[in-house]
This record gives sequence, structure tokens and C-alpha cells, in this order.
Amino acid sequence: MAEKEVKLMKGNEVIAHAAIRYGCDGYFGYPITPQSEVMETLMELKPWETTGMVVLQAESEISSINMVYGGAGAGKRVMTSSSSPGISLMAEGISYLAGAELPCLIINCQRGGPGLGTIQPSQGDYFQAVKGGGHGDYHLIVLAPNSVQEMHDHVAEAFDLAFKYRNPAMILADGAIGQMMEKVVLAPQRPRKTDAEIAEECRTWAATGKPAGRERNVITSLELQSEKMEIINQRLQAKYKTLEENEVRYEAIDCDDADYVIVAFGSSARICSATVEMARAEGLKVGLLRPITLYPFPTKQIAQLAARGVKGFLSAELNAGQMVEDVRLAVNGLAPVAHYGRQGGMLFAPDEVLAALKEKLIDKK
Amino acid sequence: MAKIKGTIVVDKERCKGCGVCVASCPCDVLSLSSEVNGKGYPAAQMAVPDACTGCASCAVICPDSCITVYRQKFE
Amino acid sequence: MAEVEIKQENLVYAKPRLITDNVMHYCPGCSHGTVHKLIAEVIDELGLAERTVGVSPVGCSVFAYNYIDIDWMEAAHGRALAVATAVKRLKPETLVFTYQGDGDLSAIGTAESIHAAARGENVVAIYINNAIYGMTGGQMAPTTLLGMKTATTPYGRDPRLNGYPYKIAEMMAHLDGATYITRQSVHKPANVRKCKAAIKKAFQRSMEGKGFSLVEVVSTCNSGWKLSPVASNEWLEQNMLPFYPLGDIKEVK
Repeated sequence: MAEKEVKLMKGNEVIAHAAIRYGCDGYFGYPITPQSEVMETLMELKPWETTGMVVLQAESEISSINMVYGGAGAGKRVMTSSSSPGISLMAEGISYLAGAELPCLIINCQRGGPGLGTIQPSQGDYFQAVKGGGHGDYHLIVLAPNSVQEMHDHVAEAFDLAFKYRNPAMILADGAIGQMMEKVVLAPQRPRKTDAEIAEECRTWAATGKPAGRERNVITSLELQSEKMEIINQRLQAKYKTLEENEVRYEAIDCDDADYVIVAFGSSARICSATVEMARAEGLKVGLLRPITLYPFPTKQIAQLAARGVKGFLSAELNAGQMVEDVRLAVNGLAPVAHYGRQGGMLFAPDEVLAALKEKLIDKK
Repeated sequence: MAKIKGTIVVDKERCKGCGVCVASCPCDVLSLSSEVNGKGYPAAQMAVPDACTGCASCAVICPDSCITVYRQKFE
Repeated sequence: MAEVEIKQENLVYAKPRLITDNVMHYCPGCSHGTVHKLIAEVIDELGLAERTVGVSPVGCSVFAYNYIDIDWMEAAHGRALAVATAVKRLKPETLVFTYQGDGDLSAIGTAESIHAAARGENVVAIYINNAIYGMTGGQMAPTTLLGMKTATTPYGRDPRLNGYPYKIAEMMAHLDGATYITRQSVHKPANVRKCKAAIKKAFQRSMEGKGFSLVEVVSTCNSGWKLSPVASNEWLEQNMLPFYPLGDIKEVK
């Protein structure tokens, strides 16, 4: 067996390596802190000379996301990356991608908001990522990495899910994961799909140039007849249902006997895993439920913990309380649910979370 | 003496009676019908068929591609 | 004298093969239909029907994909040239063109349009300039002439209130990446023929990798202008053409 390729690199850098190795066809982006290393690394690696991957710096995030729409509409594996304010600019394009059912990858390396906010890490875009963000009823597939390795792995995972469901996928990272350096095992290089393979794989929908003998393919989210538009919406909702049933990913740490469960994702979950260790050392039965897919959300798993008799849930997030609403819906009144968060680019420490858990849930009993 | 003669066939149901062809005909061959089609439009027609040379100006400008032009040389 | 026989050998002009049988939703006399026809003819004449992707805009021609039998993408308002950029970069052997109105290309999509031209993308923008927003009901466009009445300039466009119209074709001509910029019209048969030649040249140039082309077509919107189709063509000649003069603005050989 070939030796594993192990490297030390930043979360943002690894995105570039993972994309090339996955066989991604195109990246379209615009610089914004704290994720600019994604495009910088791609430009340095010059994949157009090796795999043939296109890398283009656009004039804005609006343009980048619409380039993604064009590439995805042609059946190509294309992506963009940005950070919070840039994702807001992309909202319209993302809604179009969802409406036209185009598979693609969008990376949000979150920073603190609202507005121009700060360039430090935040998880303030949870609602934007999982509830839509743009207009209309739609969902993205949202993956939340908690390490540089997962940043790498989620690129392939997100593309695979996006194509399986013909739906845009997002990696919701943050400035902490994007900027920190860690050991990562790189995937082997895969070949890009050929145009012939794409024409075959995406025959029923992609605009690749219409061969004689097939109907023309039109990429659009437009349907003026309400009766037909409702059917399209129902089909989308059925797809989301299937996603909810089949594609939930999560990690449960010490949840089996836990009296209290912390729910946290991404960099927060990393911090909270230390909180669990501290709590256990004090004899407190605390577990951590880490959603890896934020959409679809591990509602069932949280509901099962609540039904099993967990006495309280703490949603620890780097925001003012967003995912806590989904935790509350999952728990459905069976146990108290509290939120603890920091904002504005501030991180919490493990002992702060433990103190919050005691104050808001354990000591209240 | 040889003479070039033309004629047109109008897809009456496709025609919207805009009259742009009528105005574009260099030989004043065309007019709009006094009857309307299924959509309520007065379709274009040849009012003076003998004057048609088959130059296709009407068809070239027709926004709805509803005019087919034929042309024949008579010795 | 004998009648002209209706048979193939006498055929001079027929509906282009790539124009579908769908009746166009455009108002009677609208320039869109004529330009669609030219595009369909040129694609077929170049033998590129199986290698073309069109990008339609938001505006009246949003449904262009119903009328020309090729693969299409319908872009968000103004973003057609960003969409086209990606398709062409990822599939360079494809003919990629956008079809956009003046609101789409030169108002909301100014940034995408200018930058696609500046980068010298090997795509063609067909730019329908009728000085008005047709689909939304005849509001002022960036191209609306001074004094022209629209739904949002009911007393005529006043530069103190509404600013001045601008010519994006001339602006683009300053960009190194834009190598063929031309302004055409389809209000008379001779103009239609010239416009077709311009579209053909632009499409050929894009396939030869010669850079970005803009084919502006000064067009009518008889509903928006509140004139008959024939009167619109006359109004175009008298009012639009003095401000938007026809002809090639730039051609880099």
C-alpha cells in the first residue's frame, strides 16, 4: 500500500488541496478574511497545469456564486469559498442554485457579524446556513468540520452529497478552523470527470450542448404557473425529507450514560470536548452531541437522548443562540434546554462552558 | 423575357398581425387580413400577389418566423 | 403568367430549423423575435447547434430558452455574463452567448458585464437596448433617452431627477479584453441582414478565442413606448439612432 501523505497545514489551505485531489473542475472566488488562503493556495498550486481545474478570481462574491451556477449547470464539480459578509452577497445566487437543483460546494469560513463585524471566528451564520439565507423554501446540505482533517474530508463528502441529491452543499467552518494548522492525511489524487462522462451522468439535466436526439436541457428556477411551481416545491421538500432520513451525521461523546448533554458543532464542539473531560473528572455525567450535518440536523438522536432521561441540554455556540432553537425543537419539552455563547469573535474556554452548564442547568435542579 | 416571381405562405395562426412585414415590403404586396386568427390577430396576406418578387424582406424582418418565401424564374 | 410553385427548390426563406414551434410570448412586432431568429440561423450555419449554451436573462427574454432549440441556462438578473464566463472557461469548445436586455446588462449587471469584457472572456453578449424595462411594465432604464416618458418618468426623463442615459458599448470599447463591439438594429430588412452578419462575426470570433464581443441591438418596445409596431420602428430611427448610432465601434483584427 502506498504511504499515506501526511502534511501540516491550515484549514483554509487544505480546502484547496482537497478540492484538487477530489477532481474538482472549477473554483470561483473573491478574497475576504479569514478565508483568502483558499484561493491563494489554489493559485500557487496551479491545478490548471495538472488536473485541468479552472481557478478564477471574480470581481465580487455575487459574480463568484453565479459562475458557480454556470459551472454547476454544465454538470461540472465547482465550488466557491467566502466568509460571512460575502456569503450574504451570495444569498440570491444560492437560492437560484437550490431552485434550479444544482450541485456545488460553498464554503463559509465564518467571522463575527452583523455587518462588517469582525474578522475573528464566529458561528453567527447558523441560521443563514441551515434555514435558507436566501429567499424561498429551500435547504442546503450543511457540514460543520471541527478539525483541519474534517475540512479536508468534507470537501469530498459535500461534493458527493451535492451530486447524489442535486443540491448545493455548504461547509460551515469558521475563522478558527480555517486559520489553525494541524496534521492532515491527504486523499490520493482522483481524475476529473471527462466531458463524455458528465454528458452521460447528467444527461437529463445539464446544459452541456444539446446532442441531436435529446430534448434541450434548461437550467432554470422559473415557473410562472402556480400549479406547476407548487409541484416543484413539493419535489424539493420530498428531497429534503429524504436527506433528513438518510444523511444525518453526528458524533456522540460520552452520551450513553450522560445526565447532561452539551450540543455543539465545529470549533465550539472542539472546546466542549474538553468541557466533557473536566466534568467527568468532577464526577458529573456530561456528554457531547456534535452535529456534523447541521442540515439535516440530528433531531432524532437528540430526541432519543431526551426520551432516555437526559436532565438538560446546553447548546454551546459562538453566537447569541441559534442552533439552540433546533435543539429545543428536538427535545420538545422533555428537558430544559439552555444556551451559552460568546460573540463578536470571542471564543469560550472549556471551564466557562462547564460553569455555564452548572449555572443554567445542574444547579437549577 | 425572363421574369422572377415570388410568393409567400403565412403561418396564419403564428402571425400576430404586427404589420412590420407590410411596412417592409418594397413592392407593397402585403396587407393585414380583414379576418382575425384564433388569437384575434389579423394575419398578413398577399394583397397584390403579382407584384411579389420573392425578395424575402417580409420574412427576414418577421419577428415570429411565420413567413415562408418561394421564388421562381419564368422564361 | 404561371403561379410560383410551392416546392423545395423554389424555397428562399423559411422559419429557421432551430426556432421551436412554440409561439413566442413577445408582443406583436417585438424585436426580440427577430433577433432570436438571427441567433438560431447563425448557430445552425456555423454547425454549432450541439455545442452551444445560451444564457438567458431576467426580463422579457427570460423565456428565450423556449424558442431556440439548444441547451440554456437562465441566469439571475444581471448575472448572465458571470454564468457564461464559467461555462466557457470549463468548456472552451462550446459556443457560449448571453442574451440580455438593457436593464439586465447595463443596470443591475453592470459589474458582471464590464468585468467579463475586461477579462476578455471568449463569449458573446447580445444586448437588446430598447431604452425601457419591458417586462415589469415600462419603467426607466439606464438607456432611457432624455425627455422619454416611462412608468417611472411620467413627465419625461429629466437629468436633474433621473440622471443621464449612458452607452455601455462605448464604455466597453475602452477595455482591452473587449475586441469586437458593434451596434446594430433590426428595424428594417437591410438592418436585419447586417445584424445577422455581426452576430455571426461575434460568434466566430469567440470560437477563435479572440476575446469578448458585444452585439448591441437597438430595439423597439412598442408596448412600453405605447406605439404601434410600425410606428415604433419609425420612432427608433428618429429618436434612438441619433443617440445610439449604428455601426462597429471597435474591432481588433
